[in-house]
Amino acid sequence: MTAHDTVPTRRSAREDSAADGGAPQPRRTRRRQSVGGALVALLAELLIIAGAGTGLYVAWTAWWTDVVAVNEQSKLVDDLGQQVAPKIEGSEHRGTAPVLAEPPDVTDVFGTMQIPRFGADYLRPIGEGTDRERVLNTIGLGHYQDTAMPGAEGNFAVAGHRVTYGKPLNQIADLKTGDSIVVRVTDKAKDFDVWYVYKVTDSQIVTPDKIETIAPVPNKPGVTPTADDRWLTLTACHPMWSAKERYVTHAKLDYWMPVSEGTPKELSETPK
Amino acid sequence: MIFPFVWRVLPGPVPLKVLELLVLLAVIVYALFTWVFPWIAADILPPPDGTVDVSPSP
Repeated sequence: MTAHDTVPTRRSAREDSAADGGAPQPRRTRRRQSVGGALVALLAELLIIAGAGTGLYVAWTAWWTDVVAVNEQSKLVDDLGQQVAPKIEGSEHRGTAPVLAEPPDVTDVFGTMQIPRFGADYLRPIGEGTDRERVLNTIGLGHYQDTAMPGAEGNFAVAGHRVTYGKPLNQIADLKTGDSIVVRVTDKAKDFDVWYVYKVTDSQIVTPDKIETIAPVPNKPGVTPTADDRWLTLTACHPMWSAKERYVTHAKLDYWMPVSEGTPKELSETPK
Repeated sequence: MIFPFVWRVLPGPVPLKVLELLVLLAVIVYALFTWVFPWIAADILPPPDGTVDVSPSP
């Protein structure tokens, strides 16, 4: 019944506009246009649609993936159940550090990273593996499998996007020698909760095939790490939006501290 | 043509048509953001992932 009602209404609306004179005139001319003209008009419309679609895709990659990923990443940090650390300066341990066993499964979140240079509120989860879809696009920072765990002799190597998907390493090129990178590894089941404070030593720009940058002793493949070789390596894209090269930053363990003893002073300092 | 056709097909008076058009656009954008773009990003134009690897990653 409703359908019947609407049909006459629509027709009468059209008659009304016809009575006005102006509106239907161009419509009739358009119907009479040539086949070529119709094709051009269709092409124009398709181009408008393609343009809008491309613009939307750019908006999606540059903005929406960040919105989704940042939201997801802060949830992962919450899931880790890290307690608020005592607000005291604990003692800085420089001896052999406690090391958590490498999580067995890709996507296991085992800790967080804080980099004061990236802002006081910079706090991101670290997941196991560097699978693009499952780790880098969702968790953000991914631990290269089979590289050292934080605090261990060798190289704790981590990859992350420099743009899109929460861009955890967006400001990697701002890191200066001596900047702190603070990693906190937490495993509630094992009652394991430790800070590791690394200091940036150097950065390099390499082609993506340079796996020696994440060797146990960076850039010295085959060399066995000693007690002095407790490294952290970050890898991200370079230049931004490109896959041509990698921006690689190395850092060395300065000290570690059980979370129960306090909070590293670096987290309350503003980097110069 | 496409746009005039859509406008003709939408039922109701002009204000309602405008509203329907907005809803239609919202649905299209939602579908693109949820299914189409992630698929394009994963399978057609993978963005650089920032890893170093023996096999050059795209």
